[in-house]
Amino acid sequence: MSALSELSAMSSKGGRKLSPEERKQRARENNRDGKAGYIFLLPWLVGLVAITAGPMALSLYFAFTDYNLLQPAEFNGIANFTRMIEDTRLHQSLKVTFTYVLVSTPIQLAVALAVAMLLDKGMRGLSFYRSVFYLPSLLGSSVAIAVLWRQIFGTQGLFNQVLGMLGLPDDTGWISSPDTALGAIILLHIWTFGSPMIIFLAGLRQIPTMYYEAAQVDGATKRHQFVHITIPLLSPIIFFNLVLQVIGAFQSFTQAFIVSNGTGGPSDSTLFYSLYLYQQGFRQFSMGYASAMAWLLLLIIAAFTALNFLIAKYWVFYDD
Amino acid sequence: MTDLTVSTTPDQAPDRTDEVRHARNKTTTSIVKHVLMIAASLFMIYPLLWMLVSSLRPTEVIFRTPGLLLTDFYIANYIDGWTALSQPFHRFLVNSAIITFACIFGNIVSCALAAYAFARLKFRGRNIFFAIMLITLMLPWHVTVVPQYILFSQVDLVNTFWPLILPKLLATDAFFVFLMVQFIRGIPRDMDEAAKIDGCGQFRIFFSIIVPLLTPAMATTAIFTFIQTWNEFFGPLIYLTKSTNWTVSVALRQFLDSESASNWGAMFAMSIVSLLPVFLVFLFGQRFLVKGIATTGIK
Repeated sequence: MSALSELSAMSSKGGRKLSPEERKQRARENNRDGKAGYIFLLPWLVGLVAITAGPMALSLYFAFTDYNLLQPAEFNGIANFTRMIEDTRLHQSLKVTFTYVLVSTPIQLAVALAVAMLLDKGMRGLSFYRSVFYLPSLLGSSVAIAVLWRQIFGTQGLFNQVLGMLGLPDDTGWISSPDTALGAIILLHIWTFGSPMIIFLAGLRQIPTMYYEAAQVDGATKRHQFVHITIPLLSPIIFFNLVLQVIGAFQSFTQAFIVSNGTGGPSDSTLFYSLYLYQQGFRQFSMGYASAMAWLLLLIIAAFTALNFLIAKYWVFYDD
Repeated sequence: MTDLTVSTTPDQAPDRTDEVRHARNKTTTSIVKHVLMIAASLFMIYPLLWMLVSSLRPTEVIFRTPGLLLTDFYIANYIDGWTALSQPFHRFLVNSAIITFACIFGNIVSCALAAYAFARLKFRGRNIFFAIMLITLMLPWHVTVVPQYILFSQVDLVNTFWPLILPKLLATDAFFVFLMVQFIRGIPRDMDEAAKIDGCGQFRIFFSIIVPLLTPAMATTAIFTFIQTWNEFFGPLIYLTKSTNWTVSVALRQFLDSESASNWGAMFAMSIVSLLPVFLVFLFGQRFLVKGIATTGIK
């Protein structure tokens, strides 16, 4: 089971009432390995408290303070949140991030699915193609590739050189123009479609071929097969990819940072939310405001994930 | 990347004309498909090839040569790039390597321990902890990064590698815990039951039965951790501000600010150097990578 299906399964079976005998039985079993369990889990438990939950609690506290790292944190109520309402750069960063997530995730997943379906039919050289398509997704998050992107979409970059060869206008600064800079970063994200593609490939393998054979006998077209067999049976995997890619895309940082050299420019057109949070927290040292921003992001991501789970009821099909 | 064999569908010339036509049709579609795929592959990989070739060209040539043909090797980029920053580039490679290998060690050990507890042992609170672990999988790093930074700076660990390594020693990468839980669940219980009857404790069972069988999942973890840590940028950016501590990612970023900012040749050369380890790991560990992401995504 994927992490997601497991989580939703847990939440649905949680409410079952146990009979007294069952409860006794359960307690006995629980005690059997009790001590060993905690010892094995110890590093994780320490990490949960010291690295995850503790800092999260602190972060929630800082969100209601004014804290610059030098003076002690000073409680200032909801001032950080009211500041958000008036902070036009924050609004810009939200706009940039939403555009990025809503444009690049669906395109990336659609490309990943299309290529996976092309590769699925056991063609020759499959593992070669798979490697070539997968490689960019491993390198894509590196600074080196972001540096390359800065060159490719610069005024004299590779992209313009190719346009020039084709006799097209070749003097647009794709990265120095506010209208196109975000597009270049979206393109970089789409370029890394390899890892969802691998998951789709594995999912397609699990669809029994007899379904397609039966459909063919009944005279179903390729399009019908796609809509009525492939999509429903692949839907849990599409859902898994969608949820994880959306969560990941909201957190993008490196590409925007390198492409704009840390500014989010030109004219804040690549001011990703994470980049703005970095500027507030680690350039201006407004730790309180940065913490408040972090919680807003958490709420946004949680809302999107919840929405995804809600909508899933209408289109995700579980076989069991 | 082993079998670059362009399909030539066997031309066995069956004697029925219908079959010939059918085979020919099949051959044509297969050729069309391969031409398409090769074009797509080239398109995908072109930026990388171009960067590699450009790293061996003088900067002014980079800006007017979209092609891949290399007439001579301009090694000077590599020599200039190596010494362009305040520390020689091998310093950054060593720093990145230390952090990367420490994180690999941390993730393998701590995640395997946690995964064994979740997959095989029964104790109070297990289900709740497991649910919490799955939720942390989806937590944005933003909500912990500010306090973590403050805590590490209060114990004077900023500008050391500890802030980057310590979380990995404490199984905070839930993805790998989950990966190993999945893997251990797939190991038949008969063996540990038998060992239990023979009087083995949980630790014996873990070390002599589970660990040896868990090596494929550990390899996957190692490879993923390598690529993630080597590429990581945000953590090193905030924690490592002294040039002696920079990782490769942070060093590359410094190029954009330094006087070498216009020396694209040198920047490309060092970018290639920084990508090379990831590429090699990909080349030799691809099997584990593919299996790893496939198993966590499939129910």
